[in-house]
Amino acid sequence: MRRGAGLRVVTGGLLTTVQDQGRLGALRYGVPRGGAMDRFALFAANRLVGNAPDEAGVEMLVSEVCFEVLQPSLLALTGAPIEAYWNDAPLPLWTTILARPGDRIYLAGKRHGWGARSYLALAGGVEVPVVLGSRGTHLSGRFGGLAGRVLRAGDLVMLREQPNDPLRRAGQPWPAEARPAYGPKPSLRFTAGPHQHCFGATSIEALAQAELRVSDHANRMGYRLDGHTVELTHPCNLPSLGVLPGVIQIPPDGKPVLLMADAQPTGGYPIIGVVCAPDLDLAAQLLPGDRLQLKPIGEDEAIEARRDYARWQATPLEPDDTVAQLALAGG
Amino acid sequence: MQPLGEGALLLECATVDTLTNRSMLALADQVTALDLPGLEAALPAWASLLVLFDPLCLTRARLEAVLSALVREVEPAPARPARVIDIQVRYGGEDGPDLAEVAARLGLSEAEVIALHTSQIYRVMMIGFAPGFPYLGPLPTALDLPRRSTPRTAVPAGSVAIAAGMTGIYPDRLPGGWHVIGRTEAQLFDPLRDPPTLVVPGDGVRFNAEAQRRRGAEGGR
Repeated sequence: MRRGAGLRVVTGGLLTTVQDQGRLGALRYGVPRGGAMDRFALFAANRLVGNAPDEAGVEMLVSEVCFEVLQPSLLALTGAPIEAYWNDAPLPLWTTILARPGDRIYLAGKRHGWGARSYLALAGGVEVPVVLGSRGTHLSGRFGGLAGRVLRAGDLVMLREQPNDPLRRAGQPWPAEARPAYGPKPSLRFTAGPHQHCFGATSIEALAQAELRVSDHANRMGYRLDGHTVELTHPCNLPSLGVLPGVIQIPPDGKPVLLMADAQPTGGYPIIGVVCAPDLDLAAQLLPGDRLQLKPIGEDEAIEARRDYARWQATPLEPDDTVAQLALAGG
Repeated sequence: MQPLGEGALLLECATVDTLTNRSMLALADQVTALDLPGLEAALPAWASLLVLFDPLCLTRARLEAVLSALVREVEPAPARPARVIDIQVRYGGEDGPDLAEVAARLGLSEAEVIALHTSQIYRVMMIGFAPGFPYLGPLPTALDLPRRSTPRTAVPAGSVAIAAGMTGIYPDRLPGGWHVIGRTEAQLFDPLRDPPTLVVPGDGVRFNAEAQRRRGAEGGR
């Protein structure tokens, strides 16, 4: 075992990458914000294991993934409600565990009705070089994370710092009431975008009433949505302008595109609305075929949503003795 | 000036020209230099500026007031680029598969297209679409063509292309809807460099035809 190695990848899964909270400093060079799709889940996982919330962790698209633990490690798996095991026992999600060398962390690739992405944080954080201000993997640019690529069998996940006092937090759960409103068919709240003159007068109402589905054209850059065509009443030939995750663009075919973490930072399609930042984490938990709704809100409500989110992020964590003992006995 | 979600302000200009672009670039630099808690990033584009902020630290009203004051006083960035980057291009043939069609559609010879494309210094209006992709303009009006009706799923790295009054360089293998007229070996993007791009907004770019492989010049008329 190499010194500082926390995990060995046994099964890499479909799309397993190192991510953090992303990079804002290189937008003007055409580099996307990137980072975790579900920022809250990674934030919470980091806090659970005692890391700074912007440490890097591992993002996994729901699929079969397996890690071997190489040294005593505080871990937390958050995000989608998936079937996961710690050796032979079910792995408690959104809870800190103390894993021992030789333990296996296994994600079976099955979700319970909904969910798309899981996040694994390790006490000490994941050690990969900081590129353009972030440790996050930018896959199409082949930089960031582990050599700019997905994790695969045989890779070692190195720890950035040797954690001290690993026992202290074992068994710590993240309270369910202090998480975004994850679930099937989420309602994503959005504020109106700047190009309403391109659309019919009732376009926002029509979009809000539509039964939308994530199409097969969905990845970390964005989701093309099925189920509704927005009426473009005026041809809008816009010069490319800055965009951000959450923007709902309407290309000429009228099918909405929701921009996600790896969206390019500029775009030229008219923008009908912008999903408020907290609800992007709900969107991150959607797979092709999943249903969703878009709900128009005002700016005040969107800011209130950010306040709620900040409160959940700051939720006090107190070890619960019963759970702590359970987590220590497990595995 | 309009909100783009609860955490961004978009300043869009009605006039899309070089002067507007110079103003946006100057504004972006001024905004970036502000010491304003809650301000996250400023992204200049062709004729707009996107400012990201944390609405729990900084209200939109306050940010709008600050930006309005800057807009009133803004001095456009200099028209004359601080530096000019020369880019060597192999035009036509496999490197520029659309050169013949472009020439035919514009009623020019391939040599005339090359001569026009290399005839001036372009301004880097913005970088977008992909890491390090420069939007260069304005293109000589004789080269004005809309985008390809069917975009290519992949264009090789280094492809030099034109469309919609602009010219650009694909820094990597990417899907592309522009007309590819040549190719360069220049490395447009390196994430380990600071800045990571070969050119930055406000720079000048001059294309030079590589003499040894002037396939385009022999092509159809």
